[in-house]
Amino acid sequence: MTDPTPEHGTKPTITDDVIEQIQANVTEPHAPTELDLSREPILEVENLRMYFPVKSGGVIRRTVGHVQAVDGISFQVPAGGSLGLVGESGCGKSTTGRMITRLYKPTGGAIRFAGQDIVPLSNREMKPLRQDIQMIFQDPYSSLNPRHTVGSIVGAPLIVHNVVPKKQVLPRIQQLLEVVGLNPEHYNRYPSEFSGGQRQRIGIARALALQPKLLVADEPVSALDVSIQAQVVNLLQDLQKEFDIAFLFIAHDLAVVRHFCPEVAVMYLGKIVEIGDRETIYAAPHHPYTQALLSAVPDVKQAVIGGRRERIRLEGDVPSPINPPSGCRFRTRCHLAQEICAKVEPPLLQIGKRHKVACHFAGELGKAPSRPVTAQLLGVDDQGNTDPTAAPVTAVTSQPGYADTWVDLDTARGAHA
Amino acid sequence: MSTLIEPRAGGAAVNDSGEPYLVVENLTVKFPTEGGLVHAVSDLSYSLELGKTLGIVGESGSGKSVSSMAVLGLHDVKRSRITGSIRVNGREIIGLAEKQMNHLRGNEIAMIFQDALAALHPFYRVGSQLMEAYSLHHPSASKRDARKKAIEALDRVGIPQPDARIDDFPHQFSGGMRQRVMIAMGLINSPALLIADEPTTALDVTVQAQILDLLQDLQREYNSAIIMITHDLGVIAEMADDVLVMYAGRAVEYGACREILSHPEMPYTWGLLSSVPEVGASTDARLIPIPGTPPSLLNPPSGCSFHPRCVHKDKVPGNLCSTELPELLPGRAAHHLKRCHLANPDQIYEQEILPEIAPDTVSAADPTTEGEAPR
Repeated sequence: MTDPTPEHGTKPTITDDVIEQIQANVTEPHAPTELDLSREPILEVENLRMYFPVKSGGVIRRTVGHVQAVDGISFQVPAGGSLGLVGESGCGKSTTGRMITRLYKPTGGAIRFAGQDIVPLSNREMKPLRQDIQMIFQDPYSSLNPRHTVGSIVGAPLIVHNVVPKKQVLPRIQQLLEVVGLNPEHYNRYPSEFSGGQRQRIGIARALALQPKLLVADEPVSALDVSIQAQVVNLLQDLQKEFDIAFLFIAHDLAVVRHFCPEVAVMYLGKIVEIGDRETIYAAPHHPYTQALLSAVPDVKQAVIGGRRERIRLEGDVPSPINPPSGCRFRTRCHLAQEICAKVEPPLLQIGKRHKVACHFAGELGKAPSRPVTAQLLGVDDQGNTDPTAAPVTAVTSQPGYADTWVDLDTARGAHA
Repeated sequence: MSTLIEPRAGGAAVNDSGEPYLVVENLTVKFPTEGGLVHAVSDLSYSLELGKTLGIVGESGSGKSVSSMAVLGLHDVKRSRITGSIRVNGREIIGLAEKQMNHLRGNEIAMIFQDALAALHPFYRVGSQLMEAYSLHHPSASKRDARKKAIEALDRVGIPQPDARIDDFPHQFSGGMRQRVMIAMGLINSPALLIADEPTTALDVTVQAQILDLLQDLQREYNSAIIMITHDLGVIAEMADDVLVMYAGRAVEYGACREILSHPEMPYTWGLLSSVPEVGASTDARLIPIPGTPPSLLNPPSGCSFHPRCVHKDKVPGNLCSTELPELLPGRAAHHLKRCHLANPDQIYEQEILPEIAPDTVSAADPTTEGEAPR
């Protein structure tokens, strides 16, 4: 972990040129964001866990269990890049975002921001770092105080962190409003006078006020109208490019994530089940859950063919995170599940240059192997019982980044057979 | 489950009067407010036959919910001005007495609301809410019969252990299950017309797919007509037979689903298609937002209500777009109505829009466009 490279070290500032450029750009067509491999990670999350206690009723209120909202996830976000976090509601993606902004104190694990672990920090020690990590919230109606003017909402972080002299707060607020495409004269209005898309822009201006290095965007467009969604996504892309901001983009809309994030992590019940670059995840997903999720998205092109798209049907509901299934958490709804899945938890195994998957039977759709690919690596037999003859080949770790060597599924399978 | 709802006489798409089951003609809904008259729906006409699905697409405030609430007679007569004609099975709805409307509502026409948590009463068990919906239209049925019906309905929509879950409260169900309860309530009296107002918007994709499957199965079984209100064009593409695109209270494009989504002829529909990224599209596809914001319905723009946001208005000679409201006229095909002044929308769509949003399909589509050019 090193500091960001020198040419990106200085923060770009808001100037009139920048504002003009962004405003001219927002309604132009935007191509998907590209992956830049040269950038160092600005955020590294390792084995992060968040357990919420479940209290019993009555006077004593003993802790009777834990909701394992997030259970040991690891990933990296490159400086100026973006990682998408997708999954169904209740899978822990918002909890992850709230831990990274330290709105929750994690139960365990490490969050390294620019090399510094922020998990053990106290609120007082966190304060200077909060300038660099900001958040955009999902609901533009409940995330803005209805009794404050837009100026005081956007200006609050400037005053709290004392970044500009008092006299310059107002000009700065107006600049920020201009950057996000609002009329700077409207700083005296209340949130209720704005539409949903405009309110989300106010939320973005507030997050930008401190010129953060990392923005956690928790479903930033899902509450907006379709025609407005694209405007906000384009605005975020321009801001990212202009101010070199890294994004952790949390969303359940797979198409928006695909457009915004060159790298995507898929979560299920508090675990990352598959992580990799956009092309792999969307074109050749190896985890049955990712495959099911992608096949369930309705497609406009289906209109020409007629009828419904072929899809993988998931049976039942997501199990309770208080008492998750043993072994693989997805096994209760998985069509590939076998005995080993209930006994041994599949590790998040790197199977490509930038592709990790946590499944015993990982394979492309329709080409899933008949025998577990992980058995030998874990030192168990095909049914998941400990096999004294098979020594674990590699120590399976949960490192956040990608290694230079990885397990090739074809040869691992060949070697086993 | 055949005892729950008797299948409708098969294939009878038209009723005695020879017209489709639901006919909406020149429907106009206005709300007088302190700020002035809100033109929520203007001059809307469509029809729907039994066993078919109509998809209504549009942004919030485009009048899609208001128009379908008018079909259910849910607007307060004192606070709204409704003109035009809505005929359900040949019977005029507008101006119908509340007592007769109550007989239709929930019995022949039912609605599935978007937010099931808000639409179900939090203090009552789902069973008693379902039983009320049944008993209201079957006054002679005993409480036991109603309970049996409610359990059957829950079973039909795929809720496990319906005889135990019937005594649960709405908050004890997950989002998808709650939506199923809503659907069960809508179906308990086997309505001929089901209005689903954004039935899956609040749900995850996998649950959404389950609910859409369920609606299609039920439609096949009971030959109901469905109005599907949504802003997700993907859902429309997979569910609807006909599509109605609404903007600022007016129909701007109306026709067969396949025709509208493969050859849209109205810049607003283009905008909708190009501002939504697609999961299966090529990675070169670009995202083009519609500039500006939806207009206020207090003072709708002059001429075509989309003209302030339309990027193609300079292709129309003069300032026709801002002065004259285009008529809803047939375009390419006879069953494809559009409200736009553009003379050659097909050409613009293929040359300017498709290369941006679906660069991979352009080369493949070329031969067909050659064939269609002399029109």
